[in-house]
Amino acid sequence: MTATVLAAGQRPAQKRWLSLVAIWLALLTAPLWLPLLGGYTALAGKVLVFGLAAMGFNLLLGFTGVLSFGHAAYFGLGAYGAGLTLRYLVHSTPLAMLVGTLLGGLAGTLFGLLIVRRRGVYFAMSTIAFGQIFYYIAYSWNDFTGGFDGLRGFHREPIGFGALTLDISGGTWFYYFTLAVFAVAVALMALLIASPFGRTLRAIRENERRARFLGIPVERHIWLSFSISCFFTALAGTLYALLNNFADPLALHYSLSGYFVIMAVMGGMRTFWGPLLGATVFVVLQDKISSLTVNWMSFVGLTFILVVLFFPRGLLGMLKRRGVA
Amino acid sequence: MFQVILFNVTNGLIIGAFYVLMALGLSLILNLSNVINFAHGNFLALGGYLAFMLVPTMGYWGALLIAPVLTALIGVVVERLMLRRVYGRDPVYSLLLTFGLAFVMQDAARWYWGPNPLQIDMPDVLKTPLTADLFFITWYRIFMVAIVIATVTGLFAFLRHTRVGLRIRAGTLDLDTVAALGVNVKLLRTFNFAVGCLLAGLSGVLATGQLGLNPNMGDDLLMPSFIAIIVGGVGSLTGTLFGGLLIGVAAAITAAIFPAASEVVIFVIMLLVMLVRPRGLLGEEGVMS
Amino acid sequence: MQRTTLSTIPRRTILRAGAAIGALQVASPFIISARGETPVKIGMVDPLTGVLSALAQSEVDGAKYAEAEINKKGGILGRPVQLLVEDSANDVGTGVQKTRKLIDRDKVDVIFGDVNSGIAAAMGQVTNEKKVFHIVPGGHTDTITGTDCHWNVFRVCNTTTMDTAAITPELVKRYGKKWFFVTPDYAYGHSLQDGFIKALKKVGGTYDGDYLPINNQDFSATLIKAKAYKPNVLLNNMGGLTQINCMKQFIQFGMQKDMALGGALFELETVKALQPDAQVGWWDMEWWWDQPKVPEVVKFVSEYRAATKKTPSARDWFGYVAMHSVRVGADKAKTLEGPKLAKAMEDLELPPDVALQPGTVRYRAGDHELMPNIFVGEVHPPKGNPDNVFTVSSLVKGDVAAGPVEQTGCKMTHPA
Repeated sequence: MTATVLAAGQRPAQKRWLSLVAIWLALLTAPLWLPLLGGYTALAGKVLVFGLAAMGFNLLLGFTGVLSFGHAAYFGLGAYGAGLTLRYLVHSTPLAMLVGTLLGGLAGTLFGLLIVRRRGVYFAMSTIAFGQIFYYIAYSWNDFTGGFDGLRGFHREPIGFGALTLDISGGTWFYYFTLAVFAVAVALMALLIASPFGRTLRAIRENERRARFLGIPVERHIWLSFSISCFFTALAGTLYALLNNFADPLALHYSLSGYFVIMAVMGGMRTFWGPLLGATVFVVLQDKISSLTVNWMSFVGLTFILVVLFFPRGLLGMLKRRGVA
Repeated sequence: MFQVILFNVTNGLIIGAFYVLMALGLSLILNLSNVINFAHGNFLALGGYLAFMLVPTMGYWGALLIAPVLTALIGVVVERLMLRRVYGRDPVYSLLLTFGLAFVMQDAARWYWGPNPLQIDMPDVLKTPLTADLFFITWYRIFMVAIVIATVTGLFAFLRHTRVGLRIRAGTLDLDTVAALGVNVKLLRTFNFAVGCLLAGLSGVLATGQLGLNPNMGDDLLMPSFIAIIVGGVGSLTGTLFGGLLIGVAAAITAAIFPAASEVVIFVIMLLVMLVRPRGLLGEEGVMS
Repeated sequence: MQRTTLSTIPRRTILRAGAAIGALQVASPFIISARGETPVKIGMVDPLTGVLSALAQSEVDGAKYAEAEINKKGGILGRPVQLLVEDSANDVGTGVQKTRKLIDRDKVDVIFGDVNSGIAAAMGQVTNEKKVFHIVPGGHTDTITGTDCHWNVFRVCNTTTMDTAAITPELVKRYGKKWFFVTPDYAYGHSLQDGFIKALKKVGGTYDGDYLPINNQDFSATLIKAKAYKPNVLLNNMGGLTQINCMKQFIQFGMQKDMALGGALFELETVKALQPDAQVGWWDMEWWWDQPKVPEVVKFVSEYRAATKKTPSARDWFGYVAMHSVRVGADKAKTLEGPKLAKAMEDLELPPDVALQPGTVRYRAGDHELMPNIFVGEVHPPKGNPDNVFTVSSLVKGDVAAGPVEQTGCKMTHPA
């Protein structure tokens, strides 16, 4: 699983293999070492889920250069889609995940058509407002979605593989299930980015006008990138619903969208693994600080401000640059 | 029947007037500096809280005048310290900055003034309704509408007839050329941001009379402002004006017919506008056509 | 335009700092156990930030006060008590995550929470899965001790059925049976209105009303409609800040001349946020501090005021009761193990210095709902003391107002 990031300072192949092995080793053994650092397995699960969402989102932001500030809508739609399926339709985890992913992805695809001609802040504003529509629907439609109190009454169902049944209701098993889904999704993303389509996206990011002059159908590519990122984010949303056995309207709110953006930026939006790193730091920090003080919101806000002012390239971005020199 | 409709439309215009004030400040900042000020709701709350602190010493009228000015000054500090550094960069940074600022401001308000709701004392004359029949139009609401009308007229006049106003309008269209013509663009942006915060602070003082003060009060008012701008047309202040009034009236009428949907209806309007006329009612070109 | 930024902090410094923090984390459990016996840990999850923060803070205050009191008198089962408080931020995901954190990492014996009834219900799912004893001090939705009741979940505050049944006779007697409802459109609001309608229909009343968005700011349209309907009473079912705004606008429009005002809950924190002319109406209080005839209450209130500089509200009392309930239950069960503690708690009567009101107050076995008195009375501007904003006119017994267990829909199944 190689992520071919075309940067001027590309590290030698051996170093990249080593870092990949290190990352996966850390992820595989997380339930063992995380509790030692004051973490717990559900936290690791949340890191993966948010990491996946942030990486999916970063397809649009970091690799295509387009800012959406409403991606939580698709995350939340994924969560509600999965929850509603499990509650009202059929007790099947794979089907729930499929429905959730489709729901979020298709919503994004359709919405993308509406706004694909806008750019910059206007694009961002539209994404925010569109996302809020789903937030209001979710918390107003009491009978169907559980409204303000959220959607309850479902839980992770065991998954049948023919003769074997995988019971994912336990914390540790569910973590590994999430990791497996994460791995597959990340592999797909890597393939996408390494493909000609991915390179075109980066070309659009670097200089949209030139891309247009080269005959690239820019709007179509942006729309596709937007749609695909929504599908990945929605997939993460389905995992979130399964993690909590609950779906709530705040999973659709623009503040969560803001968290995805900061995770991508803080980790390094021009890198592949950056958003995962950003998600790890953000989730763990927020967990720790909110236990220590009621004023955790100030710290979160301060983090945003500090990253923007002093660390705009993000953690991985800084390390990469150091590596080049 | 006709009376009910008239009542509700009037009501809607009153609500809309308030949205207009909020949205205009946001729109000003957006147009010139390309920044979505997520902290706008928090500047609103700040204006209210400052008024709360000032009323005991200055009375209501004094607070009404001074609190927005103080809010604007705090806006200047924010702009100079933080916002200025991210103007030239990718818009993601300014969004994250104001987003983070919103968190910090909300938490600071909660820490300093407490989570409990607060009230400010209003002059008694404002608390009574106009007549027995028009019981829902209190003098306070008339007063609020009057302030909004005065402010908006003042703002538009300022933008049209003063030199600074002209520069702001020109800057909205092409900031580079304005800079090339020798205008101090940095100062212009700071001033523009301050005016936006002044409007937010004023909205806050007015809102406190109706809704009371609490740290979260700005959040619920931020989204209608966004929608007013999108519906009216980004880049057009007049559009924002009409957008605000439109969604106010729509919300009020829906509240009379199908109350549970009165929040969602403004989003529906936004979607319709985006489908049918994507650039908004009064379009993207020009500021004060 | 590249600026040299502050990112010249050497990487090694960052790594060193990270290693130090990590080492501290690994070392800290050892530091605590070196001090002696393991304390009884109680985890409390409440929305300390967000719109419910004022109420949540009071609950935490009451619990912390009880923690100090219990420790002074020897703790629970001879061990010191430690209250761990986490912020759910009014978000279900966070509330569930914190609950898991308290149980998995901090190994708490008991869980309290949440004010937000949606979060409380979600937490109940987690605590039930992990077989941890759980008290909901102040989350009101009926299903928690109704259709979604669990063997390990107990609740201090009232159901909407109890609150509505308690106030209805008083309002009907004083003002009449033509009512108008202003209700927030979510589960709690719906169950409030349904409770009122049920109680009202019993006496042959008529009604109309509006469901409004939860965060509705402007009530003009609804109040216009209400005025045209000419009811005897307007029921303000809105919660928190929206309740305040509805009251304000009601008074500003001068509607108190045409109709009375009432409803179920109007909490002390909310009343104090209003101007005197809006402090009106007939309401329930789930507990009230001013009970001169009950000596334990007088003592409690004066000690609480001395320690915290504020007068206890019902929310403070919820937190206080929750803590002491664990103590009393553990004394009876001789253990903190979930199933045994839950069994001991059923029909457990609270001692008078915990119940702080006349009569017997106990957790009903059938649905685990606490059955206190419901204080029915009138809210008015402060008389003397700024907290003296409510005058009790009658006490309604909780189990009378609640109705039989069968009607709550709770089918309690106990673990084997």
